[in-house]
Amino acid sequence: MCRLSAITSSEYISPMENILALETMKEGHDGSGMGLILKDLGGEFEELKDYPILSGICSKDGLHALDSYMDGLGFQLKYTWTPKIKPVKGIERRDYYFARVYEYPDEYREKDTEEKESLLLSTRIALRRMGEADESIIVFSFYPDIITLKEVGDPLQLGEFFGLDNSTLKARIILAQGRQNTNYAINLYACHPFFIQGYGSMTNGENTAFVPIREFLMSRGFPGYMGYNSDSEVFTHILHYTCRRLGYPMTYYKDVITPLKASEIETRPDSEAVNFLRISLRPLCIDGPNCVIGFTPDGTCFMVQDSKKLRPGVVGGVKGKYALMSEECGLDKAIPDRERSNDIFPMKYDMVVVSPGAEEVKVWNQLQGWTTTMS
Amino acid sequence: MEPASRLDHNYELTIKDFPYIVRWRDDRCKRCGRCTAVCPMLSIEPAVVVKRSVSSEGPVPQPRVSRSTATVVRQTSDISRYCTGCGTCTLVCPNDAIEPEYNPQHKFIFHKNRGGHPYRRGGRRNDPEPGTLDRLKFTRISMLTDPALDAGRHEFRIRTYLGRILPPDELPLKVVDGRLEVDRTSADFIPPVREIYPVMIGSMSIGALSPTMWEGLAMGITYLNEVEGMPVVMCSGEGGMPARLLKSRFIKYFILQIASGYFGWDEIVRAIPHMVEDPCAIEIKYGQGAKPGDGGLLMAHKVLRLIAEIRGVPMGVDLPSPPTHQTKYSIEESVAKMIQSMSMAWGFRVPVYPKISGSRTARAVLNNLVRNPYAAALSIDGEDGGTGAAYNVSMDKMGHPIASNLRECYLDLVKQGKQNELPLIAAGGVGKKGNLAANSAALFMLGASAVSIGKYIMQAAAGCLGDEYNRCNICNIGKCPRGITTQDPRLYRRLDPDNVAERVVEVFKALDVELKKIFAPMGRSTELPIGMSDGISADDPAVAERLEISYAC
Ligand code: SF4
Ligand code: SF4
Repeated sequence: MCRLSAITSSEYISPMENILALETMKEGHDGSGMGLILKDLGGEFEELKDYPILSGICSKDGLHALDSYMDGLGFQLKYTWTPKIKPVKGIERRDYYFARVYEYPDEYREKDTEEKESLLLSTRIALRRMGEADESIIVFSFYPDIITLKEVGDPLQLGEFFGLDNSTLKARIILAQGRQNTNYAINLYACHPFFIQGYGSMTNGENTAFVPIREFLMSRGFPGYMGYNSDSEVFTHILHYTCRRLGYPMTYYKDVITPLKASEIETRPDSEAVNFLRISLRPLCIDGPNCVIGFTPDGTCFMVQDSKKLRPGVVGGVKGKYALMSEECGLDKAIPDRERSNDIFPMKYDMVVVSPGAEEVKVWNQLQGWTTTMS
Repeated sequence: MEPASRLDHNYELTIKDFPYIVRWRDDRCKRCGRCTAVCPMLSIEPAVVVKRSVSSEGPVPQPRVSRSTATVVRQTSDISRYCTGCGTCTLVCPNDAIEPEYNPQHKFIFHKNRGGHPYRRGGRRNDPEPGTLDRLKFTRISMLTDPALDAGRHEFRIRTYLGRILPPDELPLKVVDGRLEVDRTSADFIPPVREIYPVMIGSMSIGALSPTMWEGLAMGITYLNEVEGMPVVMCSGEGGMPARLLKSRFIKYFILQIASGYFGWDEIVRAIPHMVEDPCAIEIKYGQGAKPGDGGLLMAHKVLRLIAEIRGVPMGVDLPSPPTHQTKYSIEESVAKMIQSMSMAWGFRVPVYPKISGSRTARAVLNNLVRNPYAAALSIDGEDGGTGAAYNVSMDKMGHPIASNLRECYLDLVKQGKQNELPLIAAGGVGKKGNLAANSAALFMLGASAVSIGKYIMQAAAGCLGDEYNRCNICNIGKCPRGITTQDPRLYRRLDPDNVAERVVEVFKALDVELKKIFAPMGRSTELPIGMSDGISADDPAVAERLEISYAC
């Protein structure tokens, strides 16, 4: 079972905070990899929030190919961040890790967000395809104000490897996952968290309904629904599909992935609509033990459990800083000075929602609506 | 001079030519006559034989001949009275003195065409080999990577939908104050959808079935719905239903079938204004897996008073339905029209779907239905389906196995992104070898939204004697020894509808447990694992390749 560590804060924080929390949950991950997504970036990126950032890894040849492809499209490189790599035993160094900030091609500067976003998506997919066979180009995200880092190894050692302890790299929302490899060969594209067009998520668990969900998503005619090296990537895409493509409020994500029974739906004020969702979105119902932690474009973070609550998961903190962790020891590490009795362990009907800027925490219950509030 | 054939019996078939040889034991038989009285085929008869014995006493041979007469039970070599191996004689024999034995060397089929009439029978395809469904295993077990579910303790939702399902982006929804509401200003048609148990009892008509059998099934599913909370539904088959059932609240558990003979539909249409509930759905039968391209057939001796009344026909006449709907000359035009008229009859509140026989052309039908927003599902009946009466050649040689037919249809839907919009119902050989839960689950994982059973329930709930060695299979002649497919009161009163109903309930409850036992280790409990093709493997690489699943050996 993978370990998950997400922190949302009103102040910029270092990803080391997440990594140290992961370290306390160490027995749960096998060092087969770590993924990090940083959203709402600080440091040198604070001034660059409107520009898309391409995060990934390249070989030397891959970098040439990438540069010429990006040039060809008219993207202009504005800024490059690369980690100061410190060799660590056991971690195999690849040629070039990067987060590169680009200026949009001239003809796109005045276009609306949607058009820009589809350009970013198609560019990322094209780069991914270019480098997939020989792993010369691996790209994780291409989006404004988002950086993704992934590598094989133990999280703490990777923190050291990337020099994150001394880095200026900071953000207000950081998702980190320490992998327990159950996907056979280790593939960086299988490493959480996953990101698509402003939506990110990570999961610890096993999505046994993966194949029908993948088939459903891939047949929506949306180019971004691809990849699926991990069965958990679909959680991110379902979130995107529900909120972005269908335009439903975020709480309906829970109704989509863990639909209520007909008799339970009857008690809801929006029962008619929820019933439609249950039927029309049946193939997106997840199964198996899963705790999902994610964020939406406005900076809302959430945690949900599978319909039987087969995984641990806890949310707690203080106003201005909340952590969403797969284990309580991680929460203790990240935010030790908090009222522990206020910690929230979401149950099978719950969705814990932390508002943007870590202002308040609310619990949405599929049967009761908004319940607990912590602020 | 007497012809030699009279003397050496050369004009007769030998018992060895017959599929079943009756083993009768002189030493055990007490000559009660029960077996000969009960035999539906009159294959055995009491006979008087002369016995000649030669004996000698004393040290020197002095043969003495004595003659006596004895009564025996003899099997006839008249092919029209062949022994079907039903075993009813064994059932009634108080002394275990008689038993049919299968004869693998038989030459029955060479001879069963007397008078130029091809062999007709009921039952199933006579192929005892396990079908594809029995070659699939559930191989994706989650026990070690993650905690498995507990079939006994966890909640499992084993339900499915029958009806056309709107794609999510066409739902009439709008967001009001952070909440989804149904947009009442939308004039779009919202198709009716029923939530049902994913295993249903397929179309078997009153007429094909005896009144006691049909009543038993109907009571069983009603009990399942009303007492057990399991929404199992059942299809009427062609030929209507008793008016009092049509007008009762129980009609919601039934799917009414309309087929090419339109039998019973005068009565149904007349009952519509008096119906207090809508039926579950309407099935338009275009084909049947057991006998593709052949219409229904109810032989005259089954058309007694009750049947004649329900169907609106005279008594004692053959009731053949044409092989196709006479009004149909193109799928685009008339299937659409038929679906629409049936929908209209119930104010578009009832799902209407066609049933076809498994065929390489199934995808063409499917793709047509996909474009018809009123088509509620597609039911595909594979070659291992059963029938009350058909030509042997149709049953044995016509049709398509369900597994690959269903799979290709499902994958076609996936390609178009419509896998959740038009439910596929699979039938034909589900539970052929008794593995009802495993076969059903395999079909779900191949893409079926629901499965339909017929023979299985007849065997499990009423002890139907038929099998793929052509045992019994005389459902067409009105002499069903179990009382399942006969209209003869002397036969059907052998069957107690209460017992049938009880068995139906037991079968479905046991099935439910077995399905959980399959789904739990695979980590599936929240929704039916439709299309979860990574869950199954085939024991044959060619089958695996064709079904696009893995191969395990
Ligand atoms: S097995 Fe059936 S058909 Fe054969 S002799 Fe016995 S009762 Fe008659
Ligand atoms: S027992 Fe009745 S239903 Fe079964 S095969 Fe024989 S005749 Fe047909």
